[in-house]
Amino acid sequence: MGERRTIVIDPVTRIEGHSKITLHLNEQGRVEDAHFHVTQFRGFEKFCEGRPFAEMPSLMARICGICPVSHLIASAKACDALLAVKIPPTAEKLRRIFGIAQVVQSHALSLFHLSSPDLLLGMDADPAQSNLFGVLEKNPTLARDGIALRKFGQQIIERLGGKRIHPAWVVPGGVSEPLSVEDRDAILATVPEAMAIASRSLAWLKETTARFSDEIQAFGNFPSLFMGLVKKDGGLTFYDGTLRIVDESGEAVAEDLDPTRYFEYLGEKVEPWSYLKSAYYIPRGLPGGAYRVGPLARLNVCSHCGTPLADKELAEFRQIQKNAVLSSFYYHQARLIEILYCVERIEQLLSDPEILSKHVRAIARPNALEGAAAAEAPRGTLFHHYKIDEQGLIRWANLIIATGQNNLAMNRSVLQVAQRYVEGERLNHGMLNRVEAVIRAYDPCLSCSTHALGQMALQVQLLSPDGAVLDELKRP
Amino acid sequence: MSKKKLATVWLDGCSGCHMSFLDMDERLIELADRVDLVYSPLVDTKEFPPDVDVTLVEGAVSSEEDLHKIQVIRGRTKLLVSLGDCAVTANVPGMRNPFPVQAVYDRAYRENVTLAPGTPDQVIPRLLPYARPVHTVVSVDIFIPGCPPSADTIYYALTEILEGRQPELSGKTRFGA
Repeated sequence: MGERRTIVIDPVTRIEGHSKITLHLNEQGRVEDAHFHVTQFRGFEKFCEGRPFAEMPSLMARICGICPVSHLIASAKACDALLAVKIPPTAEKLRRIFGIAQVVQSHALSLFHLSSPDLLLGMDADPAQSNLFGVLEKNPTLARDGIALRKFGQQIIERLGGKRIHPAWVVPGGVSEPLSVEDRDAILATVPEAMAIASRSLAWLKETTARFSDEIQAFGNFPSLFMGLVKKDGGLTFYDGTLRIVDESGEAVAEDLDPTRYFEYLGEKVEPWSYLKSAYYIPRGLPGGAYRVGPLARLNVCSHCGTPLADKELAEFRQIQKNAVLSSFYYHQARLIEILYCVERIEQLLSDPEILSKHVRAIARPNALEGAAAAEAPRGTLFHHYKIDEQGLIRWANLIIATGQNNLAMNRSVLQVAQRYVEGERLNHGMLNRVEAVIRAYDPCLSCSTHALGQMALQVQLLSPDGAVLDELKRP
Repeated sequence: MSKKKLATVWLDGCSGCHMSFLDMDERLIELADRVDLVYSPLVDTKEFPPDVDVTLVEGAVSSEEDLHKIQVIRGRTKLLVSLGDCAVTANVPGMRNPFPVQAVYDRAYRENVTLAPGTPDQVIPRLLPYARPVHTVVSVDIFIPGCPPSADTIYYALTEILEGRQPELSGKTRFGA
């Protein structure tokens, strides 16, 4: 047989970030190891040093244009802790709406704009067609629904925050402006269409998922821990609560963990081949402490959603597998169930008369020199932690981003898919697209995770140990 | 009339300018009748094609890979547009410039770490000493500031460019908009 070789997929496309994948083949041409490399690094934790703490929400939002709202919220909550204030109840409710409106738009982007080409056109489809415009030709309703659902979330963000991306509305102590009757009514008027789209998209996705039974077996289908925030009653939440970690049996490994003490039980490991660190649950060490976050994890961790349509879907979701749903292919379905929950919840929150209260901001000077907070971003739990000096200037910051917490699982998933599909002797597009598609299921946000994004020519080369090119595939 | 070839590229940015591009919503469908999106994070083309009419660049030039990409892209693009404050001024990515690169690495990969501290240096590109605006590295034809520029601004600028006109951006966007 042949020599040991490495296949490089560079870049991974239709994801939110700069990355590449290397597949390491043994002498028999079988995939022996695989790495998901994140290739961009930005340095927010360092360059925020010396800046006034009150700038943090708006600055940290610039970590990510897809989920700026999550960073705004986690950052503002950490700043609330620096002020040592309890924010007005209406401010909290408005932040909740803001947060889940973003979950809708971010999840819609992941499912419709990035992954639906694989699901609708197939994993082996012509790469020239595998994009939103290809979906638009084949199934115009699906593409238009995706655009409309993303727009639904973005318009709510615009109405509340004044602009769609990087709004400055969430501030330490609350939010800067109350909600007007006009804006509330305008948002409520868009709810029925969003609900209808979420419901018919779920019906389409469930039917479509059934066609991928083979992929489901290999797309990150393994036991692991799952982590997410839950409410006191165990319900799904995106804004507050305590952390619960369950294992593959669905049993809680840890409960009621205080998210502001994350450093006591969550560690981060550096891999020399990636700018993305790997988070793990310290009591279990590595590799046993690997855990997953995000939509699949949240649905495995919570006891219920708390809204009627989403709870009905959750009950059906739990029929897929006893205890915990393990295949990362189901991130897609979990994402749509969460969209449905968010739309329902937005309606509930807006129907509360208190939502129009003018008391939306607690004013205070900093009263603590250290503050930490967590929130559920679309991709999973997000931690912001700051230390300031007496003048309120940032001295130190640490962020743990959702995507880093899926890093170990993504690497393991890439290996699993590659071992199932990639044959070193005859490379084709479909094999490699599946390796990328499992990454898309996690919806990694790499601008977030390395506190950034891009593309370059995909060239897959088979290299011999001395670097000689044995085979080459260019796409398209 | 044949469709113009449009490309969009992310360098060191947050993707917010690309999200603002998507915020054109249904106008994207109309745009698809007028341009071919030949290269973008949103499509599966993996190699930057030759003879691209317009390329929108988001982000600053921050790593060895960014530098290589933008040089290749400039050579294959008729009209290069710096889209957003990071491309135009280096903005947020440039905030690391007062710190030595190693100090920036150390915070993330030595201090805020519990296992195997050390600067990652295998397979991935190194950071350049400074994050720089795009026009300091290659020539840029049109500048659209904003953090990010709004979808309306992007739509206006793009339609003007496609008509062969220089977009008049004063009053439509600004730094930090």
